[in-house]
Amino acid sequence: MSGRFTIDGKIVAFTEGQTIIQAALAAGVYIPHLCYHPEFKPHGSCKLCTVKVDGRHTASCTMLAQADMVVESNTPALNDERRTLTQMLFVEGNHFCPSCEKSGDCKLQATAYELGMMSAHYDHFFPKRPVDASHPDVLLDFNRCILCSLCVRASRDVDRKNAFALCGRGIHTHLIVNAKSGRLADTDVTLQDKAVHVCPVGVFLRKDKGFNVPIGRRVFDLKPISAYVDASAAIEKE
Amino acid sequence: MNTVIGKKLKVATTSLAGCFGCHMSLLDIDERLFDLIELIEFDRSPLTDIKELGSCDIGIIEGGLCNAENVHVLREFRRQCKILIAIGACAINGGLPAQRNQLSLALILQEVYHTSVGLANGLIPNDPELPLPLAKVRALHEVVNIDYFIPGCPPSADTIWKALNDILGGREPELGHGLIQYD
Repeated sequence: MSGRFTIDGKIVAFTEGQTIIQAALAAGVYIPHLCYHPEFKPHGSCKLCTVKVDGRHTASCTMLAQADMVVESNTPALNDERRTLTQMLFVEGNHFCPSCEKSGDCKLQATAYELGMMSAHYDHFFPKRPVDASHPDVLLDFNRCILCSLCVRASRDVDRKNAFALCGRGIHTHLIVNAKSGRLADTDVTLQDKAVHVCPVGVFLRKDKGFNVPIGRRVFDLKPISAYVDASAAIEKE
Repeated sequence: MNTVIGKKLKVATTSLAGCFGCHMSLLDIDERLFDLIELIEFDRSPLTDIKELGSCDIGIIEGGLCNAENVHVLREFRRQCKILIAIGACAINGGLPAQRNQLSLALILQEVYHTSVGLANGLIPNDPELPLPLAKVRALHEVVNIDYFIPGCPPSADTIWKALNDILGGREPELGHGLIQYD
């Protein structure tokens, strides 16, 4: 079965089982998102992909497309809410773009650009989140984690290593390494793992390959995130 | 610049916990400075070396807040300026100086003046004239209301030019792809 629905007045075709965001991205309609990734089951946690379906808010990564739905996405009100969510992500972690190797290849940063975020607006938490530099090839910088769970899903569903988990509740939620010591060096994670490459921000950094592409020539320096059909694939190629 | 303003606007600028990189980027608008100077005149600024801040239309502040003097100057700017603009990463989120927020101030002072290699019997400076460091470096908007933000480290000359054009023209700055950069 397949059908059609509209997003912001544009007619979008879908096949049965497709979510709103899958059908939208396939039709070239950008919906801001961070925890959604085309290769993984949706997590529905970042809420950036929230749209209005027949007047009601819903996450477009978890809602199945249905015929004749009327979806609103690129509206000032929804983009204001998305910008607010993005600003909260910025103040909850330590996001210092000028000193981050992922700058220009970061979906959080590129989404903030797309939404015209000029400042983080709220007071910064400046949380203490020590880095894990124990692994010979991969540096884990928890300061940038936005709890999208993509590394958790990739390690569990693709790498079959179950090396990561989200621990705690509410504001205390944080990413942990599934080893008795809590250190990445004591897992079987390797540079080849999907989990190492799937991070939309700068938590997973390859140790021996810093600033390979200069600032100004990176993925989202070349084109805005909305101009990429699959922004995840674009940054994972880097 | 397409503005309809009669007399020149008074503009003050300063660098708090910044590196003057944003001021360098402002100068980097090059010959467009001639267009700009038709519309504005500088009050207190490192460019004029005027020390006392007068009543201004616009204040442009680079750098975050790392000590009590920074807070004093910021409040003075807020009092004297109708429009306050935070320019650059440090003014907006603390930037590089805020990397110290992970450590206790006591520990940092100990390490810098006492325990680092090569320091013989170093003393932590305590002259009453020295402004006291804040426990944490803060962004400007966490202390006073900021009207506009120009992100970047530093924002490029083109970014500053576009933002100033918009602000002087009475519009909300809209930078768009390529001009809005945090790095």
